[in-house]
Amino acid sequence: MIAEHYSLTVNGTSCEVRDAGVGESLLYVLRERLGFTGPKGACEEGECGSCSVTVDGTLVCSCLVLSAASVGREIVTIEGVAAGDGLSDVQTAFVETGAVQCGFCTPGLIMAAHSLLEANPDPTESELREALSGNICRCTGYGRIIEAVQQVAVRRRDSRSGAAT
Amino acid sequence: MSLVGTATIAPSMRPGRLGDSPLRPDGGAKVQGSFAFTSDLNAEGALWGATLRSPHPYARIVAIDVSPAWKIAGVEAIITADDVPGQLLYGLISADQPVFAHDVVRYVGEPVAAVAADHPETCRRALAAIVVTYETLDPLVDAERAVDGSHPAIHPDGNVIRHQRVDCGDPDATGPIVVEGTYEIGMQDQAFLGLEAALALPDHDGGGVEMYVATQWLHEDRKQIAACLDLPEERIRLTLGGVGGAFGAREDISLQVHTCLLALKTGRPVRIHYDRHESFLGHVHRHPATIWMRHHATADGEIVKIESRMVFDGGAYASTSSAVLVNAVTHTQGPYRCANAVVDGWVVRSNNPPCGAMRGFGVVQACFAHESQMDKLAAAAGLDPVEIRLRNAMVTGDRLITGQIVESVAPVARCIRETAALPMPASLDEQGDDLMRMPGGAGRTADVSHIRRGVGWGVAIKNLMYSEAFDDYSTARCRLADGVATLEFATSEVGQGFITIAAQIARTVLGVDDVVLEPISTNVGSAGSTSASRQTWMSGGAVDAVCRKVRDLLFARVAEQWSLDPLRLVIDGNEVVDSLDARRRVTVAEASSGSPIDETMEYRHRPTVPLDERGQGDCHTAFAFVAHRAVVDVDVELGLIKVVQIATAQDVGVALNPLSVLGQIEGGIAQGLGLAVMEEIVVRDGLIRNASFTDYLLPTMLDMPDVIATLIEEPDPQAPMGAKGVGEPPCISVTPAIVAAIRDAIGHDLTRVPVRPFDIVLTK
Amino acid sequence: MPVDAPTSLAAALGILDRHRSATVLAGGTDLMVSVNAGRRQLDRVVAVDRIAELREWHHDRGAGVVRLGAAVPYREILESSLAELVPALAQAARTVGSPQIRHVGTVGGNLATCSPAGDTLPVLSGLDAIVHVQSANLVRKISIHDFMVGVKKTKLKPNELITAIVIPVSPGWQGYAKVGVRNAMVIATASVCLVADTQTRSVRVALGSVGPTIVRCPIAEAWIAERIDWDNHVSISDAVAREFGAIAASESRPIDDHRSTAAYRRHAIGVLASRLIRRAFL
Repeated sequence: MIAEHYSLTVNGTSCEVRDAGVGESLLYVLRERLGFTGPKGACEEGECGSCSVTVDGTLVCSCLVLSAASVGREIVTIEGVAAGDGLSDVQTAFVETGAVQCGFCTPGLIMAAHSLLEANPDPTESELREALSGNICRCTGYGRIIEAVQQVAVRRRDSRSGAAT
Repeated sequence: MSLVGTATIAPSMRPGRLGDSPLRPDGGAKVQGSFAFTSDLNAEGALWGATLRSPHPYARIVAIDVSPAWKIAGVEAIITADDVPGQLLYGLISADQPVFAHDVVRYVGEPVAAVAADHPETCRRALAAIVVTYETLDPLVDAERAVDGSHPAIHPDGNVIRHQRVDCGDPDATGPIVVEGTYEIGMQDQAFLGLEAALALPDHDGGGVEMYVATQWLHEDRKQIAACLDLPEERIRLTLGGVGGAFGAREDISLQVHTCLLALKTGRPVRIHYDRHESFLGHVHRHPATIWMRHHATADGEIVKIESRMVFDGGAYASTSSAVLVNAVTHTQGPYRCANAVVDGWVVRSNNPPCGAMRGFGVVQACFAHESQMDKLAAAAGLDPVEIRLRNAMVTGDRLITGQIVESVAPVARCIRETAALPMPASLDEQGDDLMRMPGGAGRTADVSHIRRGVGWGVAIKNLMYSEAFDDYSTARCRLADGVATLEFATSEVGQGFITIAAQIARTVLGVDDVVLEPISTNVGSAGSTSASRQTWMSGGAVDAVCRKVRDLLFARVAEQWSLDPLRLVIDGNEVVDSLDARRRVTVAEASSGSPIDETMEYRHRPTVPLDERGQGDCHTAFAFVAHRAVVDVDVELGLIKVVQIATAQDVGVALNPLSVLGQIEGGIAQGLGLAVMEEIVVRDGLIRNASFTDYLLPTMLDMPDVIATLIEEPDPQAPMGAKGVGEPPCISVTPAIVAAIRDAIGHDLTRVPVRPFDIVLTK
Repeated sequence: MPVDAPTSLAAALGILDRHRSATVLAGGTDLMVSVNAGRRQLDRVVAVDRIAELREWHHDRGAGVVRLGAAVPYREILESSLAELVPALAQAARTVGSPQIRHVGTVGGNLATCSPAGDTLPVLSGLDAIVHVQSANLVRKISIHDFMVGVKKTKLKPNELITAIVIPVSPGWQGYAKVGVRNAMVIATASVCLVADTQTRSVRVALGSVGPTIVRCPIAEAWIAERIDWDNHVSISDAVAREFGAIAASESRPIDDHRSTAAYRRHAIGVLASRLIRRAFL
């Protein structure tokens, strides 16, 4: 355990990390050193997706990112996914459709859903399921989550076509 | 000392009354990542705690040398059994499990010591430095050896936790059709996502402790903690930290006593978080079981008699094993009439991981066996799976093999018929060659020509609430002031949505929009456990009762002002109205201004009795029913499976919140699917071989099928608000339905769950 | 700095040369699992994900090869035109872990870990790839067959870095199939890569998860090569496909473990190999 000092850019803000161990994951540093407790740890081996964040726009499991190797990258957590105190369209849809039960998987799934819809605004159901297959939910059986993401895709499509006409 | 974030609950975002589906009050915080799960809580100066666990299934502890760990900088406390001030043992039904093993370890993962230190890594090194000298013993890993008595007792209480018979009617009754089978159910894990976590804060005088913990039952935890710490219960104040799922795994004590002890020892706040591996070791699992059943029937397929022998492996400590066994033996018949039965059930101790509560609680195991038998019966009688079940379906008023009369609404036939009426999925041909819809998925294993489709059925009965004379109650408090209702209860919200329902009840009864929920804590009386599908009925009943009492007091106040009989008053929208003169009305807000009305009430369900030696007695409170139809595609050469669709009709009494009910149904089905085709804790020689999410596989979004559900709403007169518990039934009969569908596709028997690919292709 | 993230290969090799115990970090999807579990301590790390030349790939038409930078993430293999040049690699990449894993995991990392269940390894074996490794003063080109030594054992030396994998672009059909108990995010119980090279008129079969390292099937390869009508592309009969599968299965060396049984793995290899050869000559 060698103490390290570095800074990370999280949700657009530079954050100082002091006296960190070399092997600390981004998940640990976000949660325990920087106070971003939105990303959750449930397996710490990339098999549940609860800790999903984006690093330079790429969806990753923060438990598998070496924190000190993320210096200079743009990290976005669930806390930074919506502007201000409001909810993003995905967040709103999750609440409205009943996609949230215990909520432990929710931050990771919302990050994954945003990532999917950015890359593929109009996913088929199979594409949606594949894109979110790295996020385990133990409560919902996924039905309402699929509903939520599909609802957002439709709403975004409607607003795009509305803007076009 | 500042506490960073507590699990307070904001008022509901969208008012809703019973029958609506308002938004969860905690939904906004949960989607924003600001909801405080227990593992998110921290306190200034908090230390990390960690637990040293036995590597052996059965061994004598010769010596424990903690001195090397003390040499590591940052270590603040090291505790063993010697540091437990009170009772050395704890347990839900009987106290038989050591806080720390002191003479003998009885399973791999049994706590032996704990440390507190400044960093998780320091804890890890400290644990590694503790030297425990063991003398290994011959472990008992085969449950049958506990039944036949051929292995010496591994615990002072003996190797048999409970032996329960059910003898009913004529033991010699038989019929022209006799079918039998032996079925095996693997050990399933609850696998909640939010791992075990607690934060304990010691009182300054060292004579008490405050703890935030993820649990299913705060008051039971407190009782057990107090006994082990030798402190009065009132000096232990528990608040529910945010809970990331439970499913039975948080009914027993895990880290509670350890965390409190370390906090008291160091005088500093202590947090313990299990990781996934430790979680597999640290909580009880679903009992693995072997069940033999023989059904005797008439030529028409009507059940004449059922014989069964059940052996449940309880693992090293008792937990709720005896109650699990009672559920299993008393549900032998399933949701079918049966006049004669001979059932011999055992739950025994072993040096395997301890087992206890998991969603479905003993009925999951029995149901896999009886539903497999029903299909054999159907085949022997030349009937289809639907007809055999309709022909035997029980109705309200039928007598169970325990002698108990089913007083609950029992729409078994309706569940089956309405499930059968739900549309079938698109055929394989219509479905096309979308890789993600085929068995094997992205693995590109199957071509359409290798796939065969099967259809299977499962129907279940599940008891609701606690059984066998347990004093089962729940407490709720309501304070009404200025049109705002404040509710307080100790009901563990583990994700199921009781907090949503509670607010709906208050709005409906009191005619208010604004409901404030106090933190869930031991500040109010016990609510009992969030288990046994009981909280909507029990805590819902308590909230309903206390709100009605508050409303009566409000009516009395208004009636006095208006000088009329309070019985004339009703709630209409947000107003109190004279039902005989609707022009006379006052808002609840106005009527409740001035001095608040504040009441607390307990709700109890009707009494039950213990089973006698012959398994007779009105041991259960109430029942719910469900039917499942599964459509499954099987790659018949590789044994890979894709569940295509689950159709279900569930007896819910009344859907107080239809969206929540649907969530319970879909979520329960996912867990039942997991048990059917992938979820099993693999134990060899007492050691869990797959204690990780890499190897303990949970269904992903690509494994879950479409679910189509019908809610059967026949209000149950015994239930407060007519609503039955809905949490457990969805996960019970879906497992046998999926296995039956696989059998239908492959044409040969399968007798164990989870079904593994090699069971499909390498056994005939 | 205990953790370096150099942007040039030379810098990375320099650090590895000076610090022989340094750990190379690519996508982190294997390494961090063992770090999080406390099975591995880190004291010095070289992160290679910012080295541009390791993140690139190009098609050398003259040599008929793809040169794949060791730190190209799976996602790029899936989504770029690389998927048309080496379809079996893209198919394998699609089965690696979850989308999150595929976003950062790399073929170089798969090779360095060298698990028998490494998803891309049967493809590299089936395509006879060459692994380029480099230290501060030496470049080595190692055949994939020599590179993999055993379970999580390779020819890589402590001061060396995998820089690229050179994969021949094979004319003809190639495909990959993987058996796992779950329909996503699953470790291979058994996997097969089959390459039908119309130029050399050879079939190559490589098996995953059925031996200490990737298993090639020389007997099955030779047997089937004689039974293919290369000039007329006649489809393979069911009987021949089955026999071919049986031979490949007999060349596997599976074990029983908590994920499956040796018998099932052998069986699955037979089924997959026969299905792949049928797909190759439809």
